[in-house]
Amino acid sequence: MIVGVGGQGTLLASKMLGQVLLQQGYDVKVSEVHGMSQRGGSVVTYVRFGDKVYSPVIDKGEADVILSFEKLEAARWLEYLKPGGQIITNIQEMEPMPVITGAAKYPDQLVEKMQAAGAKVDAEDFLAMAEEAGSAKAVNIALMGRLSTYYPEITEEQWLAALEAIVPEKFLELNKKAFALGRTA
Amino acid sequence: MKELMLGNKALARGLYEAGCMVISSYPGTPSTEITEEAAKYNDIYCEWAPNEKVALEVAHGASLGGRRAACAMKHVGLNVAADPLFTISYQGLNAGLVVCVADDPGMHSSQNEQDSRHYAQAAKIPMLEPADSAEALLFGKKAYEISEKFNTPVLIKMCTRVSHSQSVVEAGERQVPAQVPYVKDPTKVMMTANSRNAHVRVEQRTKDLVEYAESCDLNRVEMGKDTSVGIITSSTSYQYAREVFGEDACVLKLGLIYPLPEKRIKEFAAKVDRVIVLEELDPFIENHCKQLGIPVSGKDTFPICGEFSQNLVRECMGIDTPDTLHIDDQIPGRPPVMCAGCPHRGVFYTLKKNKCMVYGDIGCYTLGAVAPLNSMDLNVCMGASCSGLHGFNKAMGEEGEQHSVGVIGDSTFMHSGMTGIADISYNMSNSTIIILDNSITGMTGHQQNPTTGKNLRGEPAGKVDLEALCVALGFAKEHVRVVDPYDLAEVDRVLKEELAASCPSIIISRRPCVMIKGTVHQPPLKVVTDHCKGCKACMTIGCPAISVRDGKAQIDTTLCIGCKVCTQMCKFDALQS
Repeated sequence: MIVGVGGQGTLLASKMLGQVLLQQGYDVKVSEVHGMSQRGGSVVTYVRFGDKVYSPVIDKGEADVILSFEKLEAARWLEYLKPGGQIITNIQEMEPMPVITGAAKYPDQLVEKMQAAGAKVDAEDFLAMAEEAGSAKAVNIALMGRLSTYYPEITEEQWLAALEAIVPEKFLELNKKAFALGRTA
Repeated sequence: MKELMLGNKALARGLYEAGCMVISSYPGTPSTEITEEAAKYNDIYCEWAPNEKVALEVAHGASLGGRRAACAMKHVGLNVAADPLFTISYQGLNAGLVVCVADDPGMHSSQNEQDSRHYAQAAKIPMLEPADSAEALLFGKKAYEISEKFNTPVLIKMCTRVSHSQSVVEAGERQVPAQVPYVKDPTKVMMTANSRNAHVRVEQRTKDLVEYAESCDLNRVEMGKDTSVGIITSSTSYQYAREVFGEDACVLKLGLIYPLPEKRIKEFAAKVDRVIVLEELDPFIENHCKQLGIPVSGKDTFPICGEFSQNLVRECMGIDTPDTLHIDDQIPGRPPVMCAGCPHRGVFYTLKKNKCMVYGDIGCYTLGAVAPLNSMDLNVCMGASCSGLHGFNKAMGEEGEQHSVGVIGDSTFMHSGMTGIADISYNMSNSTIIILDNSITGMTGHQQNPTTGKNLRGEPAGKVDLEALCVALGFAKEHVRVVDPYDLAEVDRVLKEELAASCPSIIISRRPCVMIKGTVHQPPLKVVTDHCKGCKACMTIGCPAISVRDGKAQIDTTLCIGCKVCTQMCKFDALQS
């Protein structure tokens, strides 16, 4: 599952992942949310692959990996993770409107709590990596770089080929750098 | 070559391969990409129409002109297009006509959860229902065969999970049938005797289509080893059935959802111990089975409301669901919000300040209903803000007239607001309508409309002049006002004047959507920390770029576009450019 806040570039990340998995010969389904939810709301994309995929969505307790663009969003979708499953999350905190208005509090120590609940958590400042690569907008690709390390059977060249297929030429170098930082940092 | 394709894109591909030449649509989630993707093929003439009724009439006109045509809309759009739909069913076609309609179970981006299948039955038009992208592509082509074979428009029913899921397809070649010559035929005029004869034809056509449903490959029986249960299903429900019951289950998978077969269903039911109908929303297939005298489980087991998933099917069937992980913290919601710099914000802030009753409409600005602005009272459907407000004021009198407004976006106004304001001016209603003109159809992802001066492909096009239009529709020139929504004092002054005036009024709030490519953004604002008293006055406009930390306002410079609406809230000059 790829989760985040509308406008963070989750759709591009899922497009890249779908490309890579298709090239590996898998059956793939990618289910997105468009429309109303995109306006700064919580967004989720389901990516499922295997010999044969039926349902386009992932349900509670079914996800092997959650790739989260924002910490609170990782916690929001935690129930969808398989016990013992892997969370990869950006440590960035983006306050939702109920927190901004003071109606709710942004929970603290989320990484530790998710670990205590039984999730494996890989939390890093992917935004800083994207900025180092040249643009905060490349945070999606920095996260994809980290995700790539969890699939050793897929080569770096194959990931980069998918990146080249979806990113415009003028942003390619920047995104390649973000991918490399996410993958190796 | 195998490729991953969004369901809507695959359907567009199917239309393309079938030689579709004309598409006219109105955008609406989750249907919008059908037309946007089709427009990427230069061989298809594609346009945005002002509304779905117009779109369907255009597409039908193209069919009469001898070319395969289509239109696409969301489920509620089909309500708007229903008028021509029912009579096109009678009149018939020249070349094939496909009407794509996308339902939204779960209401991800809709105001209701209506089930479009009833329209197929009511208008007596065949309906196909694909379950993934490969079927969307295939059914797009099949629909034209059926349309031309039976001389009927064909509905293709999508849903959010088919429209907005990518799955594997293999694209084929485009084949364009020869143009069908137009021949004048007096029986095509739908009146009295002609319509009576047409109705008889339509009833016979439905019988013929039932025969077709008995043998066509759009419906298929998949017999597995386990015959204790047989599942009759379609669309994504088929996917959930396979996910939960596996390969051994017996399934009757329906692709032609109207008309439904009879013999085929009876034969399937006879081969299994009991039958379950798995379908989202209303008991459409279930009722058909019951009419055939087949005892089935359906809505006694599965809900009518909301979207299905594999866990929902498991729970309803008493099957264990997977274990899950939990933390104790309450996770704050993250509802969608108006963007930083959104031109609608200043208008809704001013309406709240003036304690107005706000009859809203359909678009991004429906977000004016949520905290902290909370300034929309009502909404129903496209255009209801204008006509509904007029009725409200007729009942309320001065108390309504001086404290209530209708709020409608530019695209929604062109869709269904014009007739409502004509009612206001014609009947001399003392009503005030605010047109939020942000020069785009925002909510559905930035489509052009008749007020933007550009066509679907972004090329220069005709442009409706909103002020001139309102005057032509009977509003006095001095009561068609234009304001800049970034200037709160001006919005407040003009609003007060027009509410006080005893005549029909239009206020056009004009600023392009900040998300349109090319809209000029000002540099982000800065907080002068020494000036900031932490009074949170700036927070009352609900801008996502502003927060308060350690008693001081903070601006997220990645979001702020320098609209300066917040500076008009601050008494201490703490927000500066």
